[in-house]
Amino acid sequence: METLSNLALGFSVALNPFTLMLAVIGAFMGTIIGALPGLGPSNGVAILIPLAFTMGLDATSALVLLTSVYYGAMYGGRISSILLNIPGDEPAMMTTLDGYPMARQGKAGDALVISGVASFVGAMFATAGLIILAPMLARVAYLFGPAEYFALYLLAFTTLGGVGSKNQAKAVIAACIGLGMAMIGLDNSTGMPRFTYGHMHLMDGVDFLVAIVGLFAITEVFFFIESHGKGSAIGVKLAKVTVPIKDLIKTSGSMLRGSVIGFIAGILPGAGASLGSFLAYMAEKSVAGSSGKFGQGDPRGVAAPEAGNNAAAGGALIPMLTLGVPGSGTTAVLLALLMTLNIQPGPTLFAEHPDVVWGLIASLIIANFVLLFMNIPMVKIFVKVLMVPAWVLLPGVTMISFVGIYSLSGSYFDLVLMVGFGALGYFLRKLDIPTVPVILGILLGNQMEDNLRRAMVVANGDWTYLFSSGISIGLWTAAILGFVAPMFLRRFLKRPPQPLDAEAD
Amino acid sequence: MKTTLLKALGVSALLGLTATTAMATECIAPADAGGGWDFTCRQIGKLLYDLKLVDSPVQVTNMSGAGGGLAFANVVNERNTDPDLIVAASSATTTRLAQNAYGGATADQVRWVGTIGGDPGVIVVAKDSPYMTLSDLVEAIKADPSKITFAGGSAAGGFDHLKPLQIMKAAGFNDAKAIKYIGLNGGAEAITQTIGGFTQAMTGDISEITGFIRSGDVRALAILSPERVAGFEDIPTAREQGFDVVVVNWRGLYVPKGISDDAFNAWATKLQAVADSAEWQAVMEANGLAPFTLVGADFQGWIDGVVAETTTLSREIGVIQ
Repeated sequence: METLSNLALGFSVALNPFTLMLAVIGAFMGTIIGALPGLGPSNGVAILIPLAFTMGLDATSALVLLTSVYYGAMYGGRISSILLNIPGDEPAMMTTLDGYPMARQGKAGDALVISGVASFVGAMFATAGLIILAPMLARVAYLFGPAEYFALYLLAFTTLGGVGSKNQAKAVIAACIGLGMAMIGLDNSTGMPRFTYGHMHLMDGVDFLVAIVGLFAITEVFFFIESHGKGSAIGVKLAKVTVPIKDLIKTSGSMLRGSVIGFIAGILPGAGASLGSFLAYMAEKSVAGSSGKFGQGDPRGVAAPEAGNNAAAGGALIPMLTLGVPGSGTTAVLLALLMTLNIQPGPTLFAEHPDVVWGLIASLIIANFVLLFMNIPMVKIFVKVLMVPAWVLLPGVTMISFVGIYSLSGSYFDLVLMVGFGALGYFLRKLDIPTVPVILGILLGNQMEDNLRRAMVVANGDWTYLFSSGISIGLWTAAILGFVAPMFLRRFLKRPPQPLDAEAD
Repeated sequence: MKTTLLKALGVSALLGLTATTAMATECIAPADAGGGWDFTCRQIGKLLYDLKLVDSPVQVTNMSGAGGGLAFANVVNERNTDPDLIVAASSATTTRLAQNAYGGATADQVRWVGTIGGDPGVIVVAKDSPYMTLSDLVEAIKADPSKITFAGGSAAGGFDHLKPLQIMKAAGFNDAKAIKYIGLNGGAEAITQTIGGFTQAMTGDISEITGFIRSGDVRALAILSPERVAGFEDIPTAREQGFDVVVVNWRGLYVPKGISDDAFNAWATKLQAVADSAEWQAVMEANGLAPFTLVGADFQGWIDGVVAETTTLSREIGVIQ
């Protein structure tokens, strides 16, 4: 009951024509920013902070605007994943795996509608979780120490084998490339630089956004040039856009499972949306078993990661608000905004600033509905992107990639590095080595290593510490099963009749 | 689609503007949005404009990289005569300069305008910890250093790591390498690990953990300021417990070396005006900062001393040769 009256307080703060207008503007801007490669939710929110101050917005209005942008970007990331095979931001990476094949088969509209609804389900699930359980869930972060985080990342890597390639060994090679790159930069545990060759630009390591834009967008440009525009991925078939009710019903289970997994990943400060969408995808793949056509345009492969990354985005607000720990780049920017408004997030926030917290929650709900209504009818507009000839679209994407990456640190070095990644991506694609594991290696490798070494410091080098809690034993079991089970299952299961399904075991 | 692209261009133009505009005063925060330097730029920038000390709103640029090293190199090499440029700095800046972590750059390559607030260091433990005073903790480490791990928000050798080392040194324990420390991404993560019982103590700045102290989840054993801090009067200083250690993370600015003395003095005057304003007092109180104002030549001299001291300590613990 108290929750309801709090929620009413929130809506009374957040619901008026002006804030609704801000929500619409924010949702639209966010969707566009999310869809542009290289510009993710954290850039979007960071760009708009000065705007919010220039407009003289009060705390609640500023929060409405920026959370709309945040959620909007999480929706928008999927659009370029599906239509261009270039993820708009890092959590949307998993959506390329099945979203783009769907678009190739002329089901771009279906993929966009399914992923849009999945985003809504994930975000609403997370917002509901935030309302009901926030103070309690904050405690979950206290249960995860170095050993538990290490096991969690290990789980991600052991299940990585079958991602986006018919050949598991190639996925492993790709992951090793990524892990190797993650070694570059300042080593947290000794304070010493590694593999930087005295170059200051490498001190912070390789920014995964640079890697993503290089490996996806720039590689695409190279293929486009090589084939004189013929063999390029851009320019998929366009069929009529309808609401695929059947597929929506069929994927509702995937959406819910994806939401739960994503939400849990979001709550953990060290995990975040990318891990959430990845685990949601891999879990869905194993639930589907040999009935799935994952990697070839299975609608479940679109629904699960999208629900997962949006649920993680909502979940990440919990440690940000209740502990002051930002679980992602975007929540770090939102944290900065709150602090600039002289609101200090932490365990006492809910008691000290109920108007801000509940206003924020109400604005999340508003933004989510605005985005759903905006995204379903607007699918047609987004699909029209396909009608623009590739020779117009691709230079545009390239330009935006360069501007977006330059805006990260204002350094030419990142641009050179991005082109380098483009070249790497070109060769990897020629060799049929998937690029998604490379990025996961860069993204998660550091965290995995840091946590292993922290665990060793805490336990004075005693490796049994890694299995000393129920949570870590559970995660290790899941990791070992995830790695070993496919090998054994392959022996027992007959190869499916169609060669297309060969890797779905 | 056309509108989509136009919007896109608009967004990128906006991005380009925030990244390069130099017409108005620009404040470089040498880290991503959300950290202490970003806070410094945004708060000082806002007050400079609100108090009408500058004509147009201060443009905040986030230039992250190499723990502030990229921004430092950029200012020294490319913006050395820009009179409209201020850069956020803190103890982390001087610590890294002292440890030669900015690729050979030195503190005398820029001019230090001043500090207008300090964030005192704290040592905290979880509420159910057996250690009630700083002495309890120090004695436990002396008895068996392998049993106590500190968590902090900086990498090994960083500012948070140096605090417990200085305390142990003051207590006569000189085996710095035996003191266990894990570096996390920021103070809030460090405190989560400590409340969760994975580490026995946390070393950080007080502004990072005010919420946790108020909620009673942690117990602060000592504050590393010269005097007790308003709002947290019941936290004893390390000094009054017999450990002569003062570590304050100052918040301030530096400017390019090549600007005129007049321009430098103008910045010093403006910074002093911000420090004296009632608005800044309110900001400090809300964020757990303690008054710590040093401007102009005084600050320059103080910086030189801090850099020398940090160099000595870092050499003793083996972070630098």
